[in-house]
Amino acid sequence: MNSELLRFTLAEARNKLRSKEIGAVELTESYIEAVEALRPLNAFITETPEQAIDMARRSEAKLASGEAGAMEGIPIGMKDLFCTEGILTTAASHILDGFSPAYESTVSTNLWNAGAVMLGKTNLDEFAMGSSNMTSHYGAVENPWRTSATDNKKYVPGGSSGGSASIVAAHGAIAATGTDTGGSIRQPASFCGIVGMKPTYGRCSRWGVVAFASSLDQAGPLTRTVRDAAIMLGAMAGHDPKDSTSVDVPVPDYEAALSGDLRGKRIGVPKEYRIDGTPIEIENLWNEGVEWLKAAGAKIVDISLPHTNYALPAYYIVAPAEASSNLARYDGVRYGLREDGDTLQEMYENTRGAGFGEEVQRRVMIGTYVLSAGYYDAYYLKAQKVRTRIADDFRNAWEKVDAILTPTTPSAAFAQGEKMDDPIAMYLNDVLTVPASMAGLPAISVPAGLSGDGLPLGLHVIGKPFDEETVFLVGQHLEDAAQFSGQPQTLAGS
Amino acid sequence: MALDQETVRRIATLARIKLPEENLEPLAGELNNILGWIEQLSEVDTDDVQPMTSVVETVAPQRPDVVTDGGAPDQVLRNAPQAEGAFYTVPKVVE
Repeated sequence: MNSELLRFTLAEARNKLRSKEIGAVELTESYIEAVEALRPLNAFITETPEQAIDMARRSEAKLASGEAGAMEGIPIGMKDLFCTEGILTTAASHILDGFSPAYESTVSTNLWNAGAVMLGKTNLDEFAMGSSNMTSHYGAVENPWRTSATDNKKYVPGGSSGGSASIVAAHGAIAATGTDTGGSIRQPASFCGIVGMKPTYGRCSRWGVVAFASSLDQAGPLTRTVRDAAIMLGAMAGHDPKDSTSVDVPVPDYEAALSGDLRGKRIGVPKEYRIDGTPIEIENLWNEGVEWLKAAGAKIVDISLPHTNYALPAYYIVAPAEASSNLARYDGVRYGLREDGDTLQEMYENTRGAGFGEEVQRRVMIGTYVLSAGYYDAYYLKAQKVRTRIADDFRNAWEKVDAILTPTTPSAAFAQGEKMDDPIAMYLNDVLTVPASMAGLPAISVPAGLSGDGLPLGLHVIGKPFDEETVFLVGQHLEDAAQFSGQPQTLAGS
Repeated sequence: MALDQETVRRIATLARIKLPEENLEPLAGELNNILGWIEQLSEVDTDDVQPMTSVVETVAPQRPDVVTDGGAPDQVLRNAPQAEGAFYTVPKVVE
């Protein structure tokens, strides 16, 4: 493989493809070899090299005739939660065994129309439920980072978009799609030392994305730079009549927003995000981020988001409740796995007992309980009221600030197998990302430094609804100041 | 309000998930831990607070009530684990 080709960012590869310095087919061929070499990471559930070559050939023709799209010839990974026509789509669940969609999701359609090339379907936590990628039916994904060359431990890439984050960090794809319900793009991006962007709820169509929690799920990009995320989100986003929650507003030129001025912008620092027990290195990195933005001319404002602590427990009512409803469709009748039974009821129970993994069963059970007769008001209605409180906190903050800076995660990546016997400890990974999800706000994670052990840490920028431009602008300044140049121990072509 | 094994069995039936008997007790413990942790929401004053119904301020879109797709039984059935003719098949439900 030509490892030089693997080092280009999305923006660099795009420019070199357009100037004919490199060819789309040779670029894709190098990435196909990289994907093969990186198989020990288990980042893909399905590799699609033949489709990739076909798509790259078509891109080459378009590049030659000057009809190149925004992502023309760029090889990407597609999270295996997006339905891809005629290509196995699993959501990393046994219950979707053999599922071959008859349709293509809107986000993937948009990316193919923009010229992106599909390397394959990336691994994830089962039905996107998890923060470690340990719950996949297709096995755990490995983080390409270790603390040193002699460290034999395997670290989690985060989740649920763990395969996407791992493969982009290891240079086995230029970029990848993710979905984020409570942090599933931003937390793995932070753990793997890359950029992850969750746009405003409603910015990307959810049509054709396997549903987890419909009022929270949003698609977004995982990339190596902020500019790459801006380019890719522009290609993914847009109104879609097939998703009634997709918002009909124009998609701005996100890449152009990167060259904006930070001077005079007000950046909020919420005191409630200083959580007891957070390692000092995370606190230090956050303070460093504040200094960087100050140096770039931003005005730092201390703010309060008083209901921050309640976002995670409210999330663990809302998300399981919606999941229990969405996952009712897996009944052994229409698609996927079927385990026979003497009666219809037995067939349902056998299929769902065998087809769902432990964490999915746990969440469906919680969701069923909180929605069951007599408990709806005490749990779901209460959680939706708390959610209003959380959204009001942010609304009040927007009167004083243009964006909010926090750490992305309360720790660096942990070793595979840790936190598996304590669901709440696992859920706490998302404590800093969930509030923005509950309020539907755009947020980005940008790699900003290394932990004392040498694992990547991210900083998190939250913005106003549909103001991804300011989020990207602040993210770009963080990236420029951080000069994050670390490379994972597992890197294709090295 | 702690969940007992009998309640866990009832929830599993509502959720249509077959659980081995020996899993009921550990699962009751896990669910109790999670629900106990969620209890902290009772500290939040939500009197006179409207429950969130839509996370973005938007008006529900409307469209003409007309068929826009369909007429593709083969496509609909292509992933069915068991199908006969143009139908899904399930265990007999009427005598």
